Amino acid sequence: MAQSLLKAEHVKISFGSVHALRDVSLEILPGEIHCLAGENGCGKSTIIKIISGVYQRDGGTIEFNGQKLDRISPIDAINMGIQVIYQDFALFPNLTVAENLALNTELASRKKTVSWKNVRKIAEEAVAKINFKVDLDQKVEELSVAQKQMVAISRALMSNAKLIIMDEPTTALTKKEVSALFKIILKLKEQGIAILFISHKLNEVFEISDRFTIFRNGEMVATGSTKDLDDKKFTYYMTGREFSDQVFVARNVSENPVLELKNLSREGEFSDISFSLKRGEILGITGLLDSGRTELALAMFGLKPADSGEILKDGKAVKITNPREAISNKIGYVPEDRLSEGLFLTQSIGDNIIISEIDRLKKKNGQFDRKRRNEEVEKWVKELEIKTDNPDNPATTLSGGNQQRIVLAKWLACDLDVLILNGPTVGVDIGSKHDIHKVLQNLAGQGLGIIIISDDLPEVIQNCSRVLVIKGGKIRSEYSTQNVTEKMIIDDMM
Amino acid sequence: MSRRIKKAFRTNEPYIFLIIIALGIVIQIRSGQFFTGNNMVDLLSAMIVPGLFAIAEFLALISGGIDVSFPALASLSAYATTKMLLDMGYEGNVLLAFVIAIAIGALLGAFNGFFIGYLNLNAMIVTLGSASIFQGFMQGALRANQLSVIPSGMKTFGTASFITATNKVNGLTSILPYTFIILVVVCAAVHFLLRYTLFGRGIYAIGGNAQSAHTAGFHVKRTKFVIYIIIGMIASASGICRVCMMQQCHPTNMLGMEMNIIAGVVLGGVALTGGAGTLTGCMLGTFLIILVQNSMILLGIPTTWSDVFVGLVIVIGVSLTALQSARSSKSKKAAAKGGA
Repeated sequence: MAQSLLKAEHVKISFGSVHALRDVSLEILPGEIHCLAGENGCGKSTIIKIISGVYQRDGGTIEFNGQKLDRISPIDAINMGIQVIYQDFALFPNLTVAENLALNTELASRKKTVSWKNVRKIAEEAVAKINFKVDLDQKVEELSVAQKQMVAISRALMSNAKLIIMDEPTTALTKKEVSALFKIILKLKEQGIAILFISHKLNEVFEISDRFTIFRNGEMVATGSTKDLDDKKFTYYMTGREFSDQVFVARNVSENPVLELKNLSREGEFSDISFSLKRGEILGITGLLDSGRTELALAMFGLKPADSGEILKDGKAVKITNPREAISNKIGYVPEDRLSEGLFLTQSIGDNIIISEIDRLKKKNGQFDRKRRNEEVEKWVKELEIKTDNPDNPATTLSGGNQQRIVLAKWLACDLDVLILNGPTVGVDIGSKHDIHKVLQNLAGQGLGIIIISDDLPEVIQNCSRVLVIKGGKIRSEYSTQNVTEKMIIDDMM
Repeated sequence: MSRRIKKAFRTNEPYIFLIIIALGIVIQIRSGQFFTGNNMVDLLSAMIVPGLFAIAEFLALISGGIDVSFPALASLSAYATTKMLLDMGYEGNVLLAFVIAIAIGALLGAFNGFFIGYLNLNAMIVTLGSASIFQGFMQGALRANQLSVIPSGMKTFGTASFITATNKVNGLTSILPYTFIILVVVCAAVHFLLRYTLFGRGIYAIGGNAQSAHTAGFHVKRTKFVIYIIIGMIASASGICRVCMMQQCHPTNMLGMEMNIIAGVVLGGVALTGGAGTLTGCMLGTFLIILVQNSMILLGIPTTWSDVFVGLVIVIGVSLTALQSARSSKSKKAAAKGGA
């Protein structure tokens, strides 16, 4: 076997009383694409920070390129050829592309003054390495996510990187952008650069990596060649649990539809959308990012009301022009970006749960009923198995999956008839994803009408009874999920 | 070329520049006194102290911070310096006054910088507190009251004329004191610092994303610390300029200037969120406010209304900026959609 590029053995670190890493090992060979996977909080990010010199480990050894890494600073790590591309890319939004590319090199050269000619030269060299076409004078804040990532990659290549660590690089990218990124990763591999690719999406792991390592709860649970890995094993290693992948079958479907749309349109976004949803059903709506799927959801919830067409609730036409009207018609909406739109992150978990039903939690004299509030909070924390030792902690203390559960709890507390979820498991790890799916299926069983808007096709196919494919703001096709394949849906989406 | 102009008009500077020109023309038409030598000299002279303060504030804002303590800081160091020189019976050059004041300013700035940089506290809170401390120290410990006599070196420096302009119509003469050179020198030095030194680019980088700046290898804490020292030095130099130009030292009459200064800087397109803005914009914004304050008389508007007009300029100017950024983000979105 070839000599390893990076060899970390028995690495430990703890923060206070929390053992973030108990005993992990990680070995990366020169020029390989290695995937590090694990659920949130398993220690993936921590090991990256140790390797790149941000944290100092408490125990264990790390060797890089035959050299022992001891008490290194971020700069030392960069000088040795370790580059990290963080999820936020660590770029400077207010500076130009050229400056972002050149700043590290300029800093490393320990010069005191800046030569703008030199900055340009460095930047041109950097983008040339991956054939990246961009206006160097543009400010980084004006670029798209994918472009920002390219800037971060180009920058990483500037310092003779031997190992590039990418922390969940595909999270905010569209399918097209992901395949473009993979092409670049393969190109880097050809140049002999090793890539440590952090991800918890299994299809990506299979597609791109040569070898993998999986962490769980601060320990390494598996490592090996990706060839020997399959779906079931991957999920098991990640979560320590086994899941059945049954397709959802709607039970207790009501006779009459609970929600009906008739020729709903909104100028420039979607047109002539008609469908009906019965109690007990889970309806999937899928389409590309700009297909109008999100706008449709916003219209049903009154955030961006439709211009024409009708919404019928329990057979009666209703007017929904703002979220309050939607809520009073018992329609709830879980937004795509739960962090910025669905939660008050700095407020307590309990307050987040009761916010939508706060009007009902008052005594006869109009005073806020604290006792009922606490009962209500307790009920939902239990029901949805939100993992927290104290519901008075701020919502930020929870993992992505648990945060999503609060958003759900918040709506369920309002006693809804229809729940619309936009990308319900984006950024949520596999274990929580399964749990959320289970919760949704149970809710449907109890007579809730659910609409899931998602471009995660396995999710849609497994959890919905029917699926609508939207393209260019119109319904392109409708399938029963019992007899549809991903390929059929993709063909309709494109 | 047209693309470059378009790009330029996405920033604030050209608008502020056009407003200044337009205002000048209006005043010229109403009074016939705007484009005269002595009015120009008066405006430049009125610009010296606020201009220096604006540069100091600009540095704080670019780094993602803010400083509301500079008037108190400048008052304290200028007062302490003047008082000390008077007590010594010092008769020499003005240079010593600047050296002492700047040294005191550096010390007081280091106080701010320590809390903001090394302890990573909120700059607004720290400087609000330190403003109160500086002011209290001056009035309590130094028992400050108005000094109507200042050392002779400072006096001659404040009255010596660098440029003299006489209005041929009414015979009024205005002088531009040598303190103007200090403004020009500080302006040039800060421009060089921000544009051509890695330390200066670091200030922008920290204002844009402090965490990234740290991972890129900038000394974030030290840089912030040094920025507030520089701010203290510039503000103190400005304080001495003010004392020299007024020919007396009044401990409290600079207090309260911070709001108009910050408004001017923001008007010039410097972002309160940090990292964005140019020195040109900062100076143009400040000039616009000075222009409005100084030209009320020429327009025949009672000076009691001056605050109202300054306020209006600020509100309108800041709304324009907000509208513009909303428009540009909209067009960006449209472009992204078109491209997809």
